[in-house]
Amino acid sequence: MFAYVVKRLLSGVVVLFLISMSVFLLFWYGPSEPAQTICDNDTSNRCTPARLEVFRENLGFNNAWYEEYGTFMKGVVAGREIQFGSTTKFQCDAPCLGYSYRTKAPVFEEMKTRMPATFSVAIGGAFLYLALGIPIGVAAARRRGTLADKALVSSFLVISSIPYYLFALLTWLFLTISWEIPLFAETGYFPITENPAKWFSGMLLAWLALGAFGCTQYTRYARGSMVEVLNEDYIRTAKSKGLTSNSVVYRHGLRAALVPVITIFGIEFGTLLAGTIFTERIFDIDGIGLWALQAVSQRDLPVVSATALFGAAVLIISNIVVDVVYSILDPRVRLS
Amino acid sequence: MTITSPSSAAPASDVDGPFLQVEDLTVTFPTQDGPVQAVKGLSYSVELGKTLGIVGESGSGKSVSSMAVMGLHDAKSSEITGSIRVGGTEVVGLAESRMRKLRGNSMAMIFQDALAALHPFYRVGDQLAEGYAMHHPKASKRDARRRAIEMLDRVGIPQPDRRVDDFPHQFSGGMRQRAMIAMGLINDPSLLIADEPTTALDVTVQAQILDLLQDLQREFNSAVIIITHDLGVIAEMADDVLVMYAGRCVEFGTTKEILTKPEMPYSWGLLSSIPEVGASTDARLIPIPGNPPSLLKPPSGCSFHPRCAHRGKVPGDLCVTELPELTSASNRAGHLKRCHLPNPQEIYQTEVLPEIAPDLAEETR
Repeated sequence: MFAYVVKRLLSGVVVLFLISMSVFLLFWYGPSEPAQTICDNDTSNRCTPARLEVFRENLGFNNAWYEEYGTFMKGVVAGREIQFGSTTKFQCDAPCLGYSYRTKAPVFEEMKTRMPATFSVAIGGAFLYLALGIPIGVAAARRRGTLADKALVSSFLVISSIPYYLFALLTWLFLTISWEIPLFAETGYFPITENPAKWFSGMLLAWLALGAFGCTQYTRYARGSMVEVLNEDYIRTAKSKGLTSNSVVYRHGLRAALVPVITIFGIEFGTLLAGTIFTERIFDIDGIGLWALQAVSQRDLPVVSATALFGAAVLIISNIVVDVVYSILDPRVRLS
Repeated sequence: MTITSPSSAAPASDVDGPFLQVEDLTVTFPTQDGPVQAVKGLSYSVELGKTLGIVGESGSGKSVSSMAVMGLHDAKSSEITGSIRVGGTEVVGLAESRMRKLRGNSMAMIFQDALAALHPFYRVGDQLAEGYAMHHPKASKRDARRRAIEMLDRVGIPQPDRRVDDFPHQFSGGMRQRAMIAMGLINDPSLLIADEPTTALDVTVQAQILDLLQDLQREFNSAVIIITHDLGVIAEMADDVLVMYAGRCVEFGTTKEILTKPEMPYSWGLLSSIPEVGASTDARLIPIPGNPPSLLKPPSGCSFHPRCAHRGKVPGDLCVTELPELTSASNRAGHLKRCHLPNPQEIYQTEVLPEIAPDLAEETR
């Protein structure tokens, strides 16, 4: 298994390399002029063509793309020196993902400060929707065809047909703005190390929105998977041994039913970690997603490529974790 | 009971007569298109130490009736009437908690396709031990494991103390079926139902499994029901045979009677459909024409009439209008058939046998 994980990680590095190159090329040949942003910022919107040219030269836009990409990659591995305009020079240590054109702060440092917010949102939300969705799905599967099951399935279908951003926005508008519930008054990310209670109450609404919305989907996945498993021959065998129905459903049924649910979860959780743009935007949480959104609109190339790389890395890792969990759940799966 | 035997004070063991008695069993599944009667008015009994073979094609109700004996039908989606007595206990309508105590303990079931019937995620030994521990709450984990190894050894799995920790996919097909049998027998059940235990196996392994079942039956003196569509298995294993068609018993008798003097055209059809090794090349394989009937709209009269080649020999429209009673066959007491034909023996000897086994027909003439 160890060899498998190493192999997957190595191929993940190749994927990251390709993604970084594509993002770089997209910006390089894209219609916007990244140097313009930084020039406008630096000169309080009095950017002359001569000044722009200085920035272009500094940022390497006058060189061939592969030369600049080489510089970027060298920075990732060994660090490099970055110059903005004619005066300021920055030493960027490895792993150097560049300096933000807008804030002139090292991208990697900023990513580190923003990650806890995104992880808080993603882990709390995912915990809620799994903790709600799977038990409700199993309960519905055991009562399949009954009125309660049908009512649950159709009402959950209605909820999950609402676009998520609308759902989250309505949650915030009603709970925080209209009804002014004190618990949800101040949403946002507050470092857990400074004030755990504030961190919790700041995150709570985002978790509830993610959890309530996600659990409708996971209920459907878990229910469908469980209904299928309960029709398997080995469930009939378990019953014929005289086991209690709880033992049949949870010991024999649930473990098998979890396998497809975990596949979906692995992919979704990766996406969630890579930046929950809507959640962060609506509940005002300063995480990776919000950062990426701002960077795109401000043509902040180093931040965009850093967030893209972060998203890719998270997806790759969560896929490896899913494979490992598979092999633990299902002994027939051999990782090689 | 008129004679008081000394042992009559002991409960359960003093049950006289057959261990399993099924009377007028009917299993109905309500569906969206109306009720489906999968088993209709079925009666049979099996004594300890005896084997009953149930034959019939897919959908004839053979598995459904046995699942009813085990109480494996979901009470919400099925309706069971009639009587099933296991060791004197009426199990139709028995509370689930009491049913569970019988299931896997005094009666057990072996399923076909052991690969699907064993849980792919759990070790074989754990699956065996689980059944033992369930019915022996005082037994320790170690006891249950020891018992599992003992049973694996008994059914002929080599190095059972090592294989006990294997997963089902690490076993061969025959070994999986052996493990399945070990699982069924782990609590010494008095009734064992084997649902097509050899269907998924290759021929040489089939013979081994049948041998094993016979050995174990002798050893444990249990009542066995073997469900199959293979008359070869019946000939090998069964004392009595029950032929089912469209949910009903259409013929019943000792194995010898049913295999040599069948009186119901469907049984003839079954016999004509088996190829025989070493049969003369003149012998023909004659499939039964048509398909099994829909249970949603069963044919009027005799369920077999749309496929029956001999219904012309019955006067009038009797086969279409009236369901034949299960009556004594002409040969011997204990042989029952459900057919309107007035002279089935004669038709079998003169028309059916020469077609399917010419040399056999010569001999008996």
